[in-house]
Parts: sequence; C-alpha cells; structure tokens
Amino acid sequence: MLKSFDWFTALLYLVLVTIGWFAINAATYNFDDASIFDLSRFPGKQAIWFGISVLVIFVLMFIDAKTYAFWPPVLYVLVMILLAVTPYLASEKGVKGSHSWIQFGSVSIQPAEFGKFTTSLMLAWLFSQYGFKLDSLSSYLKVGIIILLPVALIILQNETGSALVYFSLILLLYRQGLPGTILWAGFSLVLVAVLGLVYGENIVLFLIPFLVIAMYFGFTDDSKSGWWALKVTVFFYAAYFLVKWFVPIPEAVLPYYRFRWIGLAISVWVGCYAIWLYLSKRVGKYLLIAACALGFVGFQYSVDYAFNKVLLSHQRGRIEVLLGLKDDPKGVGYNVNQAEIAIGSGGILGKGYLEGTQTKLSYVPEQHTDFIFCTIGEEQGFIGSSLILILYAILIIRIIMLAERQQTPFAQVYAYCVACIFFFHVAINVGMVIGLVPVIGIPLPFLSYGGSSMLSFTILLWILLKLDASRNVRY
Amino acid sequence: MQHNLELENRRFVVIALVLVVVLIYIARLFYLQVLSDDYISKANDIAFLTRTIYPSRGIIYDREGRELVYNQPAYDVLVTMREVKNLDTLDFCNVLGITREIFDQRMKEIKQSRGYSSYTQQTFATQLTSQDFANVEEALYRFNGFDTRIRTIRQYKYPIAPLILGNIGEVGKKLLEKDSYYTRGDLVGNLGVEKSYEKILRGKKGKEILLRDKHGRIKGHYDNGSMDEAPVAGHDLTLTIDADLQQYAESLMVNKMGALVAIEPATGEILAMVSSPTFDPRLLAGRSRGKNYIELTKNPYKPLLDRAIQASYPPGSTFKPAQALIALQDGALTPTTVLPCHGGFRQGKFRMGCHDGNTSWTMVPAIATSCNGYFGYCLVRILENRKYKSVQEAFEQWKNYMVSMGYGYRLGIDLPGETRGFIPNNAYYNKGFRTSNWKPINVISISIGQGEILATPLQIANLASTIANRGYYYVPHVLKEVHPTADGEIEQVPDTFLHPIYTKVGKQHYEVVAEGMRQAALIGTVRYAGNMDPEGIQLCGKTGTAQNPHGRDHSVFMGFAPKDNPKIAVCCFIENGGFGATYGVPIGTLVIEKYLNGKISDRRKPFETRMLTESTLQYNNSYKK
Repeated sequence: MLKSFDWFTALLYLVLVTIGWFAINAATYNFDDASIFDLSRFPGKQAIWFGISVLVIFVLMFIDAKTYAFWPPVLYVLVMILLAVTPYLASEKGVKGSHSWIQFGSVSIQPAEFGKFTTSLMLAWLFSQYGFKLDSLSSYLKVGIIILLPVALIILQNETGSALVYFSLILLLYRQGLPGTILWAGFSLVLVAVLGLVYGENIVLFLIPFLVIAMYFGFTDDSKSGWWALKVTVFFYAAYFLVKWFVPIPEAVLPYYRFRWIGLAISVWVGCYAIWLYLSKRVGKYLLIAACALGFVGFQYSVDYAFNKVLLSHQRGRIEVLLGLKDDPKGVGYNVNQAEIAIGSGGILGKGYLEGTQTKLSYVPEQHTDFIFCTIGEEQGFIGSSLILILYAILIIRIIMLAERQQTPFAQVYAYCVACIFFFHVAINVGMVIGLVPVIGIPLPFLSYGGSSMLSFTILLWILLKLDASRNVRY
Repeated sequence: MQHNLELENRRFVVIALVLVVVLIYIARLFYLQVLSDDYISKANDIAFLTRTIYPSRGIIYDREGRELVYNQPAYDVLVTMREVKNLDTLDFCNVLGITREIFDQRMKEIKQSRGYSSYTQQTFATQLTSQDFANVEEALYRFNGFDTRIRTIRQYKYPIAPLILGNIGEVGKKLLEKDSYYTRGDLVGNLGVEKSYEKILRGKKGKEILLRDKHGRIKGHYDNGSMDEAPVAGHDLTLTIDADLQQYAESLMVNKMGALVAIEPATGEILAMVSSPTFDPRLLAGRSRGKNYIELTKNPYKPLLDRAIQASYPPGSTFKPAQALIALQDGALTPTTVLPCHGGFRQGKFRMGCHDGNTSWTMVPAIATSCNGYFGYCLVRILENRKYKSVQEAFEQWKNYMVSMGYGYRLGIDLPGETRGFIPNNAYYNKGFRTSNWKPINVISISIGQGEILATPLQIANLASTIANRGYYYVPHVLKEVHPTADGEIEQVPDTFLHPIYTKVGKQHYEVVAEGMRQAALIGTVRYAGNMDPEGIQLCGKTGTAQNPHGRDHSVFMGFAPKDNPKIAVCCFIENGGFGATYGVPIGTLVIEKYLNGKISDRRKPFETRMLTESTLQYNNSYKK
C-alpha cells in the first residue's frame, strides 16, 4: 500500500499547511507578542489543530478502504441530523449572526464543515451502486436530494457561503454525464444574475448574445450558424459604438440612443434565430438554445424585479452585501477595498515576512481566517501569491488525475467531489480577496486559521489518499 | 468500471476551467500588485501616521546667565467628533470645570470652523494648567474621542523687555507658504529675538512614524522606530541684556513715554533697551494671548511700538557733538576757533535763539553749554567750506559724515522693525526748496538736530558709543552667544556684530568732543543731575531738548562713562519731558550709576525717587483718553 500511496499530494498538503501556519502567524502578529509558539495565540492553536489532524490522518489511513464504501449512508444520516440540530445547539455568540458553531468546552466546531466529506462520500456511494447512471430523472432526483439537503440545512444556519460550496459539485455531475448545455446554462444564469445586479442591464444584454452564440459552437455541430450570429452581433455592436463615438447625435435623439435597446434587440434576435433554425432543421438542440437565449433575457429582467419587489428588505440587504452592492456599517465594501489595498501594496516581491502593515494592523477583516490570502499578497508580493495559486492549481489538477486513475466509481466520484470542493473554496476565497467575486465567507483550504476547516479539509483529502492508495485492492 | 471516452475527455474541460480561473486571478494580482502603484501610497496613507514631535524651543538667558525665557508645558484637550460616543456631558463639564453652555457653544464652534472634519482631532480647549490637566487626564478614559496634547508655551522669569524677548504665536498664512518647515498651527516667533532668531531658536522637528489600525488606534512605532527622528531642541541664546539693569531702567521709565538704550561701547552689546510704556511679556503667552494682544494694539500709548528702534525723533542738541566732529574733521573749525553767540545764531532778520547770553565760545565750552549760536555758525562754516565748490557739495559731504556715524540708515540691530531715521540729502532739499542753490541759512536748524533730522534713540545711543570709542562703533546687538544644540550643531553670532565700523572722523577729534561732553557733565548742561564725580564716575554727557510739533519738548540725554575706557553709553529719550536735564539726564545717569556702581548713592537717591514716581504722560496728546 505504501508503494501506491501518493506522496506527491501528501507533500503538497504539508507545504500548504506550513505556509498557512506562517501566514497565520504573520496575520496575527502583534508588536508586543513574544513567541509564535504561544498556545493562546492563533499560530499556536493552529499547530494544535494540525497535531489533531495528524492523529486523524493516522486513523483514516488505518481504516479499511471498504469501510469508506460501506458506511456513507449511515454517516450521511448522522451528519444531516447533526446539521439539523446545530441551530438549536449553536452557541449564542454566533459569528456574524450565523448559528453554525457548537461550543465544546473551550473549542467551538462548525458541523457544516463536516457536511462536505459526508456528502461527497454519500454521492460516491450512490454512484457506486450497481447500475447507477446519471441519465434518468430519478437519478437526478437522488443526486439532487443528496446535494440539496445539506445546502438547505446549512442555509438554515445562516451560513450561505458554506452552502454554496455544494453547488460546485455540478462539475462532478458534468463529468458523470450531465449535459454540457445545462452546465453552460447554469453558469450563464449565475453570470446574468450577478452581473445584472452588480453592473446593471447593459453589461448583461451585451453578454447574452455571446453566451448564446457560444452554445452553437459548444453543443451543436453547426458552427456555420454560430459564425453568422456572431458576425451579426459584432456588426451591430460595432455600428452602435462607432455612431456613438464618431457621429454627432442630435440632442433630441440622444436620450434614446442607449445601449440597452441594441443589446436587447440583438439578444432577442439571437433567440429568434435559434427558433428559426429549429423550425427549418427540426433539431431539438436549437430549441434549447432559443429557450436559453430568451430565458436569459427574461431572467435578466425578472432578477431585477424579483430582487426589488419580491424579496423582503432584509433579504435584499443580505444579497446586496453579499454582492458588494452596499456597504454595511462595518462595510463589506470596505473590507474588499482594504484587502485590495493590502495586496496591491505588496508589489512584486512583497514587503517581507512580518513586514506587512495593512494586515498586521487589522485593516483587513478576518485576516487570519477568510482573508489570509491578503497577508501573503502583502508580504510575499506578486511572486508569492501567484505561487500559492499555482500550488492550488497543481493540487486540484493532481486530484483530478488521481480521480481519473481510480478503478471504482466510488473512488472516482469521491475524488471529483474533493477536486470540486477545493476548487470552489480557492476560487471563491481568493476571488473575494482580490475583488473579483462577491464577499462569501469561506476559508482557504489549509491556509485559513480554523480547527473545523483544517480538520474537514484534512479528512476530505486523506480519505481520497487512502482510497487512492488502495486503488489496486479489490473491494 | 465502464469507460466512456466522451465523458473521460470532460476532465480536460474541468482542468481547463481550473487553469483559466487561476490565470485570471494571477492576471488580477499582476494588475493589483505590479501595474498599479496607487495601492502602495494608499496603504501608507492609511496605516502610517507621521506625527511631528515638536522640539523644545531654545531658552533665552541674560548676559549674567539668568534665565529670561523658558518653556512650560501647556495642555490642550482635543476632540475627534466621530469617536465621541455615549458622552456623559455633565461629568465631562465637571472635570473640565466648564458649564454646559460653554461646552455646547464650543462644540458648535468646532463644527463650524473652517477645515473641520469629524475624523481628525480638533482643539477643544487650549493651554490648561497642569492642575486642570491632571484632572482631565485622570478621567479621560471615560470620554471616548477626547485626547490631550502637550505643547510648550513660553514663560518669562521677569516681567521685562517684552519687545526684546518677543513671544510666540500661531504661524501666519504668508510664512506658511514661504517656509515649508511650518505646518498649520505651528508656533512661530513674533517680535523681538523670538522673531529675529526664530530659525536658531526653533530647533529641528522630529517625527515618529506610527502604525495605526482601522480604528485609528496607535499600534506602535513602524519598524520599531528605526525611521523615527528625534527632535533637536533649538539653540539656547544668551542675550547681551542685563536683566537687573533692564528692570531698573524700566522702573525709572514708568509713566513716561520714550525710550532708553544702554550700550557697551567696546562691543556694541545692548545692556538695556526700554521702550515705555512697556508691558509684561507674560500677557502674550498662554491662554489669553489673543485677547491681550488686541488690547495692547488698542492702547493709546502704543506699547507694542518699540520706541528705541521703531520711533524716530528729532535728536535735538545731542546732534551737536556730531556737528563738532564733522567741523573738526573737515577743517571747518579747529578746537580753538571762537564762534560768537548773540543770544543765538543771527543772520539778517533770522535768529535761532539760544538759552545762553552773548558769549563767544571755543568748541569745548560750546558743547558743554550746548550753545545754539556756536553750532549755527559751525554748520555755516561746514557748508561754506572753501574745499568744496558749492554748499551742496559740502552738504553731500556732511551727509556722508552723518551716515558714517550711523545716522540715516538702519544700524542693523538684530531686532525686527528697526527704522532708519532721517538724514536729508541734496536731492531732498533741492526738491524742497525748488532750487539747487539754497544757502546754509535755509537748513540751519539741522545744526541743532531739529528740522528734518530724525533719529532713533538707538542711533543717538550709538553716537554716544562712537564718541566713547573715539571713532568707531560695533553694530548694536542683543545676541551675545548661541549655545550649541544637543546634537553638537554650532551657530555663531553673526559676523557683522564682531567688527568695528569706523566713522569718517579721526580719533583726535573725538577727544575734543569727549572733553566737551565731560565738561557738560561737570559744569555744563548735564551738571545738575549728572555730575557723578562724588560717586567716582567720570561722566561725559550731552543734553538735548528736542522741539517737536506735538507739544512739550522731548527731553533727551546722551552720555557715556567713564570718560576713559568707557563701560556704558546711554541714550534716554523722554517724550514731552521738557528740558534734557529734567528727565533725560537723571534717568540716563541713574542707569549709568546703577550699572557701574551697582547701587545709587544716597546723595542721588532723591533723583531716583523722583524719577521712579513722576509721570510725564499728562503732557502727551493721548493722555486725555
């Protein structure tokens, strides 16, 4: 078994944990603090959590691989029950109004973190059932229930960020047979909703034709129609901007010369073109494209409407804050701004270890947990922070490679789950810190301070390593 | 496990997605960290607080090493409006010892003041005493948003010489723009040596670079303070002023308007310089500076005017020794030349009266008795000197002599605002008489220091000093020594004060004039209150009774002592004091006696008592008010 063990990933794991430990020290470094080994401080506590993680790793490695494949339903039920009762057990001083932390003596843990590997195991179990294939409505229903149950329970705990993680499993489903159109449509809808709320309709209307045209290229063999639609779109867009910039428009017309009209016209036209193609060629995919095109347009307007009219004001406020549309008093916008300043001030080589000023002085919120990447950005600069991203890319791609070499659907599905979850965490966390993604409070794997996330990611990864090490053992 | 090639290839889509995201993020990082620099300066602005540490201002000593001006801590209470939360106003008012109304009004004022920001510290109250401050400091933790700041204010050991010492006030707009050293709210020297030696006294500002967190709380020094700079205290100054003498002179000048200047001839050092009425320099330090300043500017006797250097008066008969010197040097007269006095100077119908009878004099007795007639003819002789082609050419020469004795231009004392007095030149008279062919008779009044002639008391004292030195003077100054700073920086007394300036008159001629002044003290105009031979002081003096259009004559005395190797030269100028001998001589000689003997002899005590108690203010135009 040691021969088939993936030492490379284990090494990556150690490297990341070590970097994380140094980063946590830098982020919480105080001018008058004496020792970084002081157990009352974050680096010290993180070291303890790492010690516990090592113990857990040993336990995980000694458990027989078959056991992982056998027990998921039981584990899943237990964890779901735990998630369901968490709000009632949650300590009163919940972080940021969430009820997701349970206090055990002096430590508090977040059960939502353990939902991740449980759900992954459960999905893997489902896919490993004899004859299970992702092709029927009932199969989608089963998968849907397994994924959405923890989502619902976690949203009830006011931990929207952790709940969103589960949506990353759509990549796993895609790999297991979900039509690409749906992945693309889902991706497009998220894009339309977020961009629409954040930047307004113009940018969305501008984008919709391209999102639709991409489907011609991606999901039909008919690239001729795609090129044609693209040419029309680019032509009208170019005409619009050329007129706007170079032709003096009469005052009377000016108020009506708005991009939203041309954008809307083109978007609708792309949809109608697909309908026309369907009518002439009778190929179902065109109808799907048409539905997507018109759906996007409709969605764009209904999102605004739903957002402003249907949602209650506090819900709206939450989303606004989530999307960074509004600053709350402590200021989510402020946080991102501070994070950007901290990272931006790092320059190419950074300010040097423990030399960062922005993060050290707690300008950056949650600097040792969700915003840990700031510290690295400020102190290690462009080189250091890019290296961290590359390390994560290597880890995720390595996990995908591990997944692909698995012999059993159980191990493969589980591995993909791990890859998806890591990818989501890294993409959302770093994206949030560098101001590309709305603020969603989820930790950066192995780098962020926190016992629950440390344990959870360790378990997630090391079950995979155990399964991988046993890939040649029949079970 | 079944294999499905299409599905297996989807792993590349997933991998591509991962790579795309990572590349986008790296591009974004590249933009944030490499392409745009403004994040660095933003970060610095936010995190660094560069705080100026003010150096302590140089201390000012008198010539005997007595502290005149020193620093005293004063405490300001500052408020940051944004941070004021849950303030127990009543409690706060009690601690500060103010009423609720004052509190409300003050807060309103702050909010309405120019450049107000709720984020920055605003001054709530200034210059608390240390007792008040102790109370506030103790209770401060209860009041969020309030802070204190220590500043130093100037304190004065003696209530003397406000115009020599000067004071400090908030820096003005002009200076702010001109000198980058200052920032708003800095204190800068105003009047006196505080102003003229500002750059030496102010020291070097230090700075500390502090790190602050998002709440503005100071978290410590940046890089353990390696970038901090300690302030360097300004140079201490030793002045030439003798505090005792100054105090004594001021007390003699009480209730008189005018000025007194005492110079050490051998060095040009000013021993005492009084402008009267004077005021306590402490009025311009501390909390009520602004109010007091306004009151001083409104005072009809203009105490802020330094009469010793900023007022120019007709010098009267103190001008005569200078005339004698010119006449001797230019060969217009010899010491033995006898000139007549027919109850004054007469030419045709014109008569310039003289207090003396019909006597003819040689130079020494003429000076001693201050004979107007003699000096009228003396000026005629000077201006009609055959050496020169015209009266005008001779007059030009006369002017040059006067200028060489320190008249007509600023002497260059190291105090701000000195005026130059006035010595007319050819062009002035040509214009005034509308001819370039005027006669000596037309300008005859300048011979007795009247007419157009104006001089500052300092210039008159300087003349005395020149005669005392028999032909040269040092630029009068108040700076004796500049002490090195703590970091070893040395600053010298300006070079101009260290070299004698010779007049155009030879030493032998000065001996004659000095003898004339000696005789004046013994048997002449000065003798009544000025003969101090019993006290062992060989005084040389000259009275002056300066007519002026504003009322009673000014009483002037100019003198030095002892005759040989003089230690002190004095000019005392009492506006509307009457005859020179009435106030000028007693006050001037008392100062000399005090300086040379350290005390006033019993014989002369009555003079002292009279001078200390009498007032001349009633003769002044401003008296009614």
